[in-house]
Formats: sequence, structure tokens, C-alpha cells
Amino acid sequence: MGAKSAIAQAIVERLDGCDFALAARGCSELEPFAADLQLRHSCEVELFEFDALDFAALARLPQQVHERGGPFDLVVLAFGYLGDERTAQRDTDELAHILNANFTGAAIALAHLANYLEERGTPAGIIAISSVAGDRGRQGNYAYGSAKGGLSIFLQGLRNRLAATSVHVLTVKPGFVDTPMTEGLDGLFLVAPPERVAADIVRAYRQKKDVLYTPFFWRWIMLVIKSIPERIFKKLKL
Amino acid sequence: MLPCAQHAKEVKFRLLDKKIATSGWGLYPLVSASVQRARYLSDLGRAAATPILPQGNCRSYGDACLYERVVSTLPLKHLLDFDPQRGLLRAQAGITFAEIIRFALPQGFFPPVTPGTKFPTLGGCIAADVHGKNHHAEGSIAAFVESLDMVLADGSLVRCSRNECADLFWATLGGMGLTGFIYAATLRLKKVPSAYIRQRAIKTANWGETCRVCTETQHEYTYSVAWIDGLQTGRRLGRGHVLLGEHADARELKGKPPFPIHGDGRWAVPFFLPGGVLNAKSLKVFNTLYYHRQVRCETNALVHYDPYFYPLDSIRDWNRLYGRRGFLQYQIAVPYADGAEVIADLLGRIARQGVASPLAVLKTFGPPSEGLLSFPIAGYTLALDIPLRDAGTITFLRELNKTIVEAKGRVYLAKDAILEKEDFAAMYPQLRQFKAVKRKYDPECCFRSCLSDRLGIT
Repeated sequence: MGAKSAIAQAIVERLDGCDFALAARGCSELEPFAADLQLRHSCEVELFEFDALDFAALARLPQQVHERGGPFDLVVLAFGYLGDERTAQRDTDELAHILNANFTGAAIALAHLANYLEERGTPAGIIAISSVAGDRGRQGNYAYGSAKGGLSIFLQGLRNRLAATSVHVLTVKPGFVDTPMTEGLDGLFLVAPPERVAADIVRAYRQKKDVLYTPFFWRWIMLVIKSIPERIFKKLKL
Repeated sequence: MLPCAQHAKEVKFRLLDKKIATSGWGLYPLVSASVQRARYLSDLGRAAATPILPQGNCRSYGDACLYERVVSTLPLKHLLDFDPQRGLLRAQAGITFAEIIRFALPQGFFPPVTPGTKFPTLGGCIAADVHGKNHHAEGSIAAFVESLDMVLADGSLVRCSRNECADLFWATLGGMGLTGFIYAATLRLKKVPSAYIRQRAIKTANWGETCRVCTETQHEYTYSVAWIDGLQTGRRLGRGHVLLGEHADARELKGKPPFPIHGDGRWAVPFFLPGGVLNAKSLKVFNTLYYHRQVRCETNALVHYDPYFYPLDSIRDWNRLYGRRGFLQYQIAVPYADGAEVIADLLGRIARQGVASPLAVLKTFGPPSEGLLSFPIAGYTLALDIPLRDAGTITFLRELNKTIVEAKGRVYLAKDAILEKEDFAAMYPQLRQFKAVKRKYDPECCFRSCLSDRLGIT
């Protein structure tokens, strides 16, 4: 889900021997990508129209994919909406959009997909892309950060619930990645190419890791940021 | 003073900024640009209305790939269709030759024409109507392009080929990206028996011999090129190695797997070498060693396509060897008529001037394509790397250009950064037709580059 995401596409290119159901908004634009996958990997690719804000439609997605593409056993949730923090401070429609796309829509989609995978009972997995922004609220992106933080906690609970089953849940917390989401933004540093992030994700998934910071140094950066006392943190301009 | 070339890595990361320093492979000139990335066909349509340049992987040397506003086609890198019966590959313009090979070679296909590096994009190669070591036998890439899907200045998507919108087709092949965005192209690939080339190398003692061997042997071999020691004068002027090649048959491989793919480059240049390290003296030592590396007059060997076609690709960022100021690559073509004398004169002047050129490459060209601004003309072509020291280097090369104009020769736009308007017009007599086609499809002159502004095309 969110197959237009650069990270999602890089992950897909690394999953040899799979067939894919690519869900995205305006999915017809993914036809060249699908053609490329079919030619290079001789795999089956189906495109699905999907909008994270259309909560009712999210319930139908697992069944749609199952009917048109066959049963599936790995879900990659890669959609997200960075939005504009400044706008969101004044315009609560923008705030709602950020929260709904990154948290509510993602959680509802995950709920349906998790139920589907749990019912099938075969070994399966969920890879969901959260963000390091969800580790601590900062004035610069707390709308996006709180939604991603919520998603991280939702995934934690989901992992706990599914631990007794054969469904594995991987939470991915990328730092800055060179994707359409970050294109043209100021103040970026240590920007990683999506291919590197995808390679990390696929490796972590195969090793059955629970939480992945990628690139690896973000684990330590966030450890430092999380350990700053709130009394001091509130005065910082990070 | 010439502007300093930016650290290439820095440029890669700063891609996210609003304005970044961009340069071609020669690291000169440097242009501050805003770069948008096109991911979908619709992005091209949106970008078309304003002054803009489509940009690929920036492997042209000078300013052909530079402008203050560019649309990078690198994300448009997908294969769209492949017909293994006829070898027809349809792909988006941003795919590199390295990726085409990775896909096609295991199925026994190879790019029909390939430049000396596998990193340019398909769109870039079409825009420069690139040639390879097989030009004398098989022509430039134009001969193998079946059709182009283009996004024009008005945002419309148009297919052009030899039969549909042929004027646009022939203006675009060699048109340096000035006619519109190439979204996708259909290329006829070549069926090859293996990933290897059977190479015959002949050592030559002087210019006369080099020319003779080149012209005598070219009809027997698909691939032919000569490396020339550009630093010799007098009786050793123009000595070198003539390298001939043919696709090797699977039987010659003695059990080796037939289609191994290139690996990632093993070596990289991690920083800029100080400007003066590659000077006339150090290069003379290198060239002499290189010349005598082959002791015998003639050797035969089986060589993998990667070292054969792309010897420098194994060293990442090799352009940094010339220092921050960068370098010019000077490639000219002159007709056979008195071409040998013109090039001998050129080599002599360059060696005397002391503008060191470690890499001089000579090739013979067959008949030209119909591309209006295509470079190849029947005759000899010579390419030299010339490190930039000071403005004197540029003045000197501009003087050489006058000689080329007199000889009815031309300079390769994909490598040029210094040609002057009048010389350009004299070298490319079909410029007028090109301008007329450009006016027809791009009346507001949206598509432009630093090169097109400099040469008065736009």
C-alpha cells in the first residue's frame, strides 16, 4: 500500500520470486513500474486503486486483492503524508489530513489486513513504515510526528497480539530519505537513498526484527534526542 | 579564473536543495540549477510550459546537460516492453545502458551501439545520437531507434518515427534535448552470441601506420578504435594501439558461462587530485608504459564486454583525477579527404602546446545518419581529454576549431563547452533545418540549455 512511495518501490524490486498487488492513489501511473517488474522478474503484478482517507473502502481491500490476485502473505504499508506543519497549526483540515493519512487510515488498513492474515493462518508478515519523527514531539513536525508515533504504538500492540500467531510485524523508522516526500525541503541532513533503506528493510524482515531504524545511526540519534529532559527539550529548536 | 568544480558527492546530496551546483562529466562549467525529478509521464507535461532542459545522467562532458531549470528523467527508468523475437526493447528515457545490459544480455541481446561508458541514459544517448566503436560498420544509435514517445512544449504526447512526424524524429536524434522530452523509446537490440569480445590489438609506430591499419582493417571488424599516445612529437607522433573486436562465439569460451553481467565498479576516486598531478611529465611516463605494455606487435585476446567497451567505468568518479577545475574533452570529426593530415597537424600542435592529453582516441566513421545535428560524418574522429589549467587552454582549442571548420569538420556537441557560435554554424550546415523544426514544435523556445544559448540555437 502506497506503491508510489520510493521506499515501497525499492522494496518491491528487492523481493525476488514474489507476485505483487500494488495499491496506490492514481494507480494507473504505476503501469510502467508494473511492466518493468513483469519483464525483469517475470512476476505477476496487479494494480489496485486505494485511498487511505476512504476508511470504508479500506475494509474491502484485502478481499479485493484476494479475489483478483490470489491469497497474499506479506503486507508493505508505505503510504504517508508529510503535509505542512505551519499550515496545520492554523488550518485544522490540514491537521486532520495529516493525522488521518498517517495514523487513522494506516491503523484501519492494518486492522483489516492483520485479520485477513491471522485468519489464513499461514506464515505471513507486515512491514509498516513509521518514522523517527514519531519518537519525540518537536515543534517542527509534531502533527506528522504524533501520527507516526501513534502508528508505532499501534504496531507495537499489533505485534504483541500476533506474537502467538505466525504473523510477524516489522516497524520501520527511517530517518531522512531522498524521496518525493522530502524533495525540496530545507534543513535535511544525512539523507539516505531509498535503495539503501529498502535493502535494510528486507534484511531486517528476513531476520525477523521487530523495530528497525534505518540507516542504523538514527537509533543512536533518537536515543540521544529521547533522553533529553523535557525541561530542556522544550526550549530547544531542533 | 575558472570556477572551482564542486565535489561530486556534495552535488548528489544537495539534490534536495532548491538550487544546486550542477556540471557535466568534465566538471566544467558549473551551473547553479533547480532540479525537478520527473516520476510519471504527467510530470513531463506539467514541466513543459516553461524554459526547461531534460536531463539524464549528466555524462555529457560540457554544458549540453546544463541549464538553470532542469527536469531529471532519472526516475523514469522502467522497461515497458520487450519482443525477444525481434529484439525490440521499449523503455523509458531515464534508463541507463548499464540497466539495459543487465536486463537484455542474459537473453542474448546487447545495445546495438554503445558509447565508451555504460552510465548515460537512453534518452541522453538518443539526444546526442551517440556512436560507438562500430560506427564505420553499423552507424550511430539513430540506425536502431524505431520510435520515440515525446512530450512536446504544449504538453502533448506524440509518437515519432521514420514514418510519423519524421521531421521531429530526425531533429530529436542528435538534437541535444532541445525538441522536447523524450519519454520513451523503442530500440532494436543486437543479438550477440556471448558477453565476450575477441580482441585483436595491433601496435603501431607512428601516425601513418596508425591511419593505415585503421582504414585497412575496419572492414573486417565490427569494432575498431585506436588509442594514441597524444604526447609524442616528431617521428613517434601518432603511435598507439589499434584495437579491433568481434563478438566472440560461445564455442570460444571454453566452458565459461556465456553471459556474465558487469559488477559494480571496484575502484573509486575518493577525492579530487590536486590540479597539477596529471601534468605533461607524469602523463608521458604513463603513456610510455602503457604503449610498451604490449610488447608484441599483435596480440589476440578474449575480453569481457565491460573492460572492452567501458574500461573507465571500473573507476568510479574518474573525472576527479583532473582536479577541481575539471577538464574539457575535445572530440572532432573530419572527412577522409585530407583528414589524416589535419589530425596529424592537430596532434602535433597539441603535443607542442603541452596541453597534456593522456587519452587520445581515434576512430573511423561510416556514413552519417539523417539526424539534423548528429555529429558523425564519414571520416576520422579524434577525442582528447584536456585538463583545464587556465583560460589559455580554451583560447588554444578555439584556434584549433578554426582549422576544423576549414577542413569541413565538426566538434561533438555532447563533449563541448567552448565552441563559438559562428564556428558551430559553419560546422553544422543543417542547423537552419533544425531551427525550423524546433520552431514548429516548440515555438516559444521552451526547451533550451546552456549549450543552446551559447551556440545561438535558442
